[in-house]
Amino acid sequence: MAEPWFYTETVKDHFFNPRNIFKTEEEIKGYKADGVGEVGSPACGDVMKLWIKVKDDRIVDCKWQTFGCASAIASTSMLSVIVTEHNGMLLDKALDIKPQDIVSRLGELPLRKFHCSVLGHRALRAAINDYFKKTKQEKRMVKDEPMQATCGVKQ
Amino acid sequence: MLAMKEVYLDNAAATFVDPRVKAVMDRFWLKDYGNPGSFHSMGLRALRAMNSARSAVANVLNCSSDEVVFTGCGTESVNLAIKGVFAANKSKGRHIITTRVEHPAVLEACRYLEKYESAKVTYLPVNKFGQVSASNLENAIRPDTILISVMYANNEIGTINHISELSKVAKKHNILFHTDACQAGLLDIDVKKLGVDLFSMNGSKVYAPKGVGLLFIRKSVSIVPLIHGGGQEFGLRSGTENVAFIVGFSKALQLMQSERKKESARVSRLRDKLVNGILNLIPKVILNGHPKERLAGNVNVSFLDIEGEALLLYLNEKGICASSGSACTSKRLAPSHVITALGLPYEVAHGSIRFTLGRRTTSADVDRVLKVLPGAVEALRRLSPVHIKEEDLYG
Ligand SMILES: Cc1ncc(COP(=O)(O)O)c(C=O)c1O
Repeated sequence: MAEPWFYTETVKDHFFNPRNIFKTEEEIKGYKADGVGEVGSPACGDVMKLWIKVKDDRIVDCKWQTFGCASAIASTSMLSVIVTEHNGMLLDKALDIKPQDIVSRLGELPLRKFHCSVLGHRALRAAINDYFKKTKQEKRMVKDEPMQATCGVKQ
Repeated sequence: MLAMKEVYLDNAAATFVDPRVKAVMDRFWLKDYGNPGSFHSMGLRALRAMNSARSAVANVLNCSSDEVVFTGCGTESVNLAIKGVFAANKSKGRHIITTRVEHPAVLEACRYLEKYESAKVTYLPVNKFGQVSASNLENAIRPDTILISVMYANNEIGTINHISELSKVAKKHNILFHTDACQAGLLDIDVKKLGVDLFSMNGSKVYAPKGVGLLFIRKSVSIVPLIHGGGQEFGLRSGTENVAFIVGFSKALQLMQSERKKESARVSRLRDKLVNGILNLIPKVILNGHPKERLAGNVNVSFLDIEGEALLLYLNEKGICASSGSACTSKRLAPSHVITALGLPYEVAHGSIRFTLGRRTTSADVDRVLKVLPGAVEALRRLSPVHIKEEDLYG
């Protein structure tokens, strides 16, 4: 059985030293995002919000906030690294990111924590869709299956 | 790295074994290891040790020795009480009353009876502090009610129920009353004063080993065993007795009760220091449970806008052991049923942290927590997109 407390060093590193985060309230207010996406619900215990800047169809900057457990926080942090490294990921490629891509970069997540990383790529897609909408590229927008409630909370 | 002294604040989950308890257990491993049922002097020594352990427990509980059955844990005691009473009394009726905030031992035993024995179970609501009212209880009684089970003190939020008031209601209607007292080691556990018919406790919360429990069963109670075999424990719990643990458990209960007043005062001072410190240093915190009628060692708070498991990891990194009602730390991936039963929304349950203080907790430990906690909460809040308004919580 997977140990519920087993977190890899990479997970812990991203949890304790999250990358690409806002340092102050002012920074959030002043941030000129090209797309913003938010998914999840506080009642279910996971909310992720992602801000992206886009240039030449690449994600050149990404900021995020997460309400959730350590693996939810670490996987959003890792996601923000994945999409911005190597001069930024092409949007079409970013739309293809799968939960497994985040998890394998983190090393491993306890099995029962896998759902935490499922939200990250959805928040990213929501942010990219938002960018497409704002730039009148609706045709490029992608549809996600409706969110499966991960927690069974009646809302 | 220098080894950090761990600050252990999870005493409601398990306590250390008090050296005075361990000392009385030692002789049963290599020396007096006989079976108390055997017809020789080794067996007799074990039997005598067990008998005097039992009468000491009876003395603490203010009952007679043949009303004390030792079991394998708190869960087993509770299961024996609920299923054993149900099986023996189901011809009279199949209705049980319990509460929404019980330990899973009680809730799952009841659900089992609903599913496989066509029991009818009423799960009473609680007030915002987690207490059951006598009038709610009385209103739930039906002609076919055979058992009421209400916990003495809640394991998550530490709220204490007025058991003697509730048991009076049961008595008035001639219904058996069980209380799960697994968290009640520092409370008054005189079963006559409490007026209960059945009473469960375990060793792991009272500085005895894990894996030993007891059930007080008043003589007049009809009950059948769940475990059948050689007829040990008055036929109610077959299986060779765990002599060492029983002797240790008995010693632990005697110690706990003889030091009760002093220790309870000491621990509740530390508890109040921790609660006040948290409320003063950190904004947007809710104290879960009753402000006064709570266990001496229990602090349960919800930090709004953050999730409990993440905070536990922060605390653990700083050598502080606590627990959380967050879904992420539960086996069921659902937030605490206790905190949601208080009428608080799920997001508040996700952010709950329980610190439970114990016999070794010092003022310096509390200071350590108060030093670490504000920064950890702030760091997580900075990462959070959720901003709950306190005034929205009590709609
Ligand atoms: C209130 C309550 N009831 C029952 C139990 C179950 O006890 P055990 O773990 O010994 O089976 C516990 C402890 O976990 C408890 O706190």
